Amino acid sequence: MPVDPSLVGREFPAPAPLTVTAERVAAFASAVGHPGDPLASVPPTFPIVLAFDAMAAFLDAEAIDLHRIVHGEQRFAYERPLAIGDELSATLTVTGLRQIGGADIIATSSELTDATGAVVCTGRATLVHSSGAEAAQ
Amino acid sequence: MTTAPLAAGDVLGPSTFTITRADLVAYAEASGDHNPIHQDEDVARSVGLPGVIAHGMYTLALVGRAVAEWTGGAEVVDLGAKFTSPVVVPAEGGAEVVVGGTVKSVADGLVTLALEVTCGGQKVLGMPKAVVKEPAGA
Repeated sequence: MPVDPSLVGREFPAPAPLTVTAERVAAFASAVGHPGDPLASVPPTFPIVLAFDAMAAFLDAEAIDLHRIVHGEQRFAYERPLAIGDELSATLTVTGLRQIGGADIIATSSELTDATGAVVCTGRATLVHSSGAEAAQ
Repeated sequence: MTTAPLAAGDVLGPSTFTITRADLVAYAEASGDHNPIHQDEDVARSVGLPGVIAHGMYTLALVGRAVAEWTGGAEVVDLGAKFTSPVVVPAEGGAEVVVGGTVKSVADGLVTLALEVTCGGQKVLGMPKAVVKEPAGA
């Protein structure tokens, strides 16, 4: 089933802020093998942890199955590096929607802000949703 | 690690990384992305994928890792790519991802890198890009 076209412009906040703890950053850095001291230099893709929560909130709200989603594109622009102790909030905005070959191409932008409300990082993502009918094999 | 100043045209890497199924399990745990297409062959095939694929974000994290290694951990201001071709990770062994870079420009304290990311000789990222702050004291 295609995604509702009226979604464009709607906002989906992550359900809870994410506190950037030493434990979470160290686990993430270890999983990706990031060099150096993760507590001094947080891996640049760590913000996906919170951006993913916002995306999951969006998928839940729209009853879209995660396993029908493939990540098409991801770009991050950073205003400053993340630091241990940051408390970050995220809101995802659906910025575009089109159909190609039976798949929905959903463009999103997620803004991550710190406890003062300042933007730390903006993540732009494209999510490719295959509705399933054409994938039956 | 690069200690000399970065200049346009400098070749960085290539750096080679092996991705295993165990890496994907660890990454799912650390990132919170438990999409079963990164763990379960049957689910992956049911949505038309050739098999279990790496999280696109895992591949992008490897790019971040390579850039950190090349630049001595320079501050990243932009990082991104299109996930144009899936990195299929077999149950046994692993998938080898090669990240190569070239310094495209150095201007206003920012270093822009052109990147090429391949698996099995095929490009897996489209328009990959990283911009870092020029390392201090380099």
